[in-house]
Amino acid sequence: MYSLCARRTLPVLLTVIAPAFCQIQNQPDDGQWTMPAKNYASTRFSTLTEVNTGNVKGLKLAWTFSTGLTRGHEAAPLIVNNTMYIVTPWPNILYALDLTKPGAPLKWQYSPQPTAAAQGVACCDVVNRGAAYYNGRIYYNTLDVQTICVDANTGKEVWKARLGDINSGESITMAPIVAKGVVIVGNSGGEFGARGWLAGVDADTGKLRWKAYATGPDKDVLIGPGFKPFYAQDRGPDLGVKSWPGELWKIGGGNAWGWVSYDPDLDLIYYGTANASPWNPDQRPGENKWCSTLFARRPETGEAIWAYQLNPHDEHDYDGVNENILLDLNIRGQMRKVLAHPDRNGRMYIMDRGTGEVLSAEPFAFLNTSFGVDLKTGKLNVNQAKSTGYKTTRDMCPAPPGGKDWQPSAFSPKTGWLYVPHNNLCFEMQGTQANYISGTPYLGATVRMYAGPGGHRGEFSAYDPVSNKTIWMVKEIFPAWSGALVTAGDVVFYGTMDGWFKALDARNGTLLWQFKVGSGIISQPVTYKGPDGKQYLAVLSGVGGWAGAIVSGGLNPKDGTGALGFMNAMADLPNHTTKGGMLYVFSLP
Amino acid sequence: MFSRCLSCVWLSLLFLLQCFGSDRVLRVCADPNNLPFSNQAQQGFENRLAELLARDLGLNVTYSWWSMRKGFVRNALNEHVCDVLMSMPSDSDMVEVTRPYYRSTYVFVSRKDRDLAIRSLNDPQLAKLKIGVHLVGNDFAPPAHVLAARGITGNVVPFLLYGPYGEVNPPSKLIYAVADGDVDLAIVWGPFAGYFAQKAAVPLEIVQVSPEGWRTLPFTFSIALAVRKGDDALRAELDGALQHQCSAIEALLNQYGVPQVSGGRLPCASSH
Repeated sequence: MYSLCARRTLPVLLTVIAPAFCQIQNQPDDGQWTMPAKNYASTRFSTLTEVNTGNVKGLKLAWTFSTGLTRGHEAAPLIVNNTMYIVTPWPNILYALDLTKPGAPLKWQYSPQPTAAAQGVACCDVVNRGAAYYNGRIYYNTLDVQTICVDANTGKEVWKARLGDINSGESITMAPIVAKGVVIVGNSGGEFGARGWLAGVDADTGKLRWKAYATGPDKDVLIGPGFKPFYAQDRGPDLGVKSWPGELWKIGGGNAWGWVSYDPDLDLIYYGTANASPWNPDQRPGENKWCSTLFARRPETGEAIWAYQLNPHDEHDYDGVNENILLDLNIRGQMRKVLAHPDRNGRMYIMDRGTGEVLSAEPFAFLNTSFGVDLKTGKLNVNQAKSTGYKTTRDMCPAPPGGKDWQPSAFSPKTGWLYVPHNNLCFEMQGTQANYISGTPYLGATVRMYAGPGGHRGEFSAYDPVSNKTIWMVKEIFPAWSGALVTAGDVVFYGTMDGWFKALDARNGTLLWQFKVGSGIISQPVTYKGPDGKQYLAVLSGVGGWAGAIVSGGLNPKDGTGALGFMNAMADLPNHTTKGGMLYVFSLP
Repeated sequence: MFSRCLSCVWLSLLFLLQCFGSDRVLRVCADPNNLPFSNQAQQGFENRLAELLARDLGLNVTYSWWSMRKGFVRNALNEHVCDVLMSMPSDSDMVEVTRPYYRSTYVFVSRKDRDLAIRSLNDPQLAKLKIGVHLVGNDFAPPAHVLAARGITGNVVPFLLYGPYGEVNPPSKLIYAVADGDVDLAIVWGPFAGYFAQKAAVPLEIVQVSPEGWRTLPFTFSIALAVRKGDDALRAELDGALQHQCSAIEALLNQYGVPQVSGGRLPCASSH
């Protein structure tokens, strides 16, 4: 993949616009949607303008497609060569729809037939966050720890690679990206004691090129002489062993189940690792590296270039897996190549993506578990009054799903703002609860989550990553659990768990249009130019995931500690939506 | 008059037999790979118990094999994949439980030839020994929380309760690790210890942990059968059968080496 700036040479000459066009956020856009985050910078920004603030209120349903499944639908549809590709939750069927024909009939479907046992053996939910297109092929992961390559035209399987063992508690729910001919994949399963890794698989052959563990000795983490973390606490040999008691690093978690972005100029991929395991922080004294950490690695070798631990010795289940949006911003008078990372801990990290230096880390959501990040030392100043362990702690914000969970933000180069769907949840942890698994009674912490200040559980914000201010914010009854999409028509789109697909004015947050779909939305909306030249918007509905398990899993609303304590905050969701996977596509008449 | 009544009784008995006879089944969810509790070859004491109770009720047992991991109550029992779980702590509030049929405890397991004589979680030796404990999901089994509170973490070795699930009886690894000398001591749920100690190549010492609990954490649990909430009729039937078969159940648990502590259930009536 050649430089993005080079690709922009022609338009730059034509429009005679200054070097701003070399900014990574100004990506070429052919009206297709080839990876869940739209581009390697992960902006989820489309240059299409047919639908804009002036006419979006005229959007009409164009066609629909049922997946026939009732679990949570988190994926982004892909649109390539007039074909739409959809990955379902388990059993992870890949559908190809022909956009050239009226009603977009099914072109083919590919069924990987993941082991049924995956349901009982795999972790928390059966969602899938989507596929990636690369060189005529579709790449995606299955719940039973396989990466699959399918011919985009024919639907024929090219290769299948088994990267882990569901019998060890591993699974995969994340969407891969493909960079420099390498498919980048990470596992889930920290809740089952599965050790986290990110892997690089050869896009042509399916052969494993590298696997980088989140814990353990440097050779397992792929830390070598090229590793140059910005801060002192992230330097030293074998910290992935030494920051743990005994052998606990072997089950330490740090799974890479979230998003991966890529900067072709710096040749670095960026991703975060999940929280540390076991849950009781008293049992793992130490910083527990490299959990809850951002990594920059080479896509071809996996070599670690820098790392920054966001939440050392995490006590609140703050995974570091959220998206990293790559931006070139003027910060304090200087152009900086940064990444924007809205973390579970409620802070928006703006970091130099070449070095791992933290430039700012201000709150984007209500929080009280930390006071700030010391920009000199990079250390998070933790509020000791909100520490957990084997004791009762109340009024901790944000809750384990974080100021924000996996639901990805968007960035508009037109406004210069991030559009952040997020949560407003607090929690308490107290006492214990009898549980029983595999013949063994045990006790887990009783976690209860509830709405944060204001009583609403979700928020959708426009956030200025330069001034670090929330420009506008819309309250949602439920956590805003869908991804965001923003367009050059200055419209921002997202869906709500109670089933509204919404269009807001990107400048001021005014609601311009909304449509009630059949089931709550927890997926990623996309937009594309159809074969007829018109702009379309597509979104999957189908509530579920961690937040929506009360509906898709039929949990008992009286058990507030269900779904790891999320139930308490979601007891009324079944009054607002029912389950069922359906794709909705909209356009102007 | 009398004879008519008798025939009524006979008729209703016949009717009962038809209702509760061989075409009615006891639908059990069980783990296919988790001795001493159950396995697909039906060698576990839960399998034997299911047979015992079913026979008492004039039923046949059918199994749905389901790994008993996170979400199995919701996904298996509550989705009507089956009607009975053979063991749940008797204070579980996700299900309706019968009377408990045994009460067991977390135990220390060590090689007899080591002569460690550890009886308490406060024993100073625990700071130095290599101690194996099951990790249930990402949560250590209860006694490890006491150790952590005493600052004992670096010498605690996690053993995954769940796996590798592709191998036979994954939880047994912990007890065999004691026998093989890979760890000095295991702190483990009693039924695992009692059963696999019988199979180990060297004699093992099994001692109940003390104290019996710490703060709000108990180390002893009463275990009962479980049915779906609201399934009172089936629960009542099972309770009756548990009572009838009390002595047989006692013998069964002893045969499998389940360490039992008092206070969990009523003694068997002497007439049986």
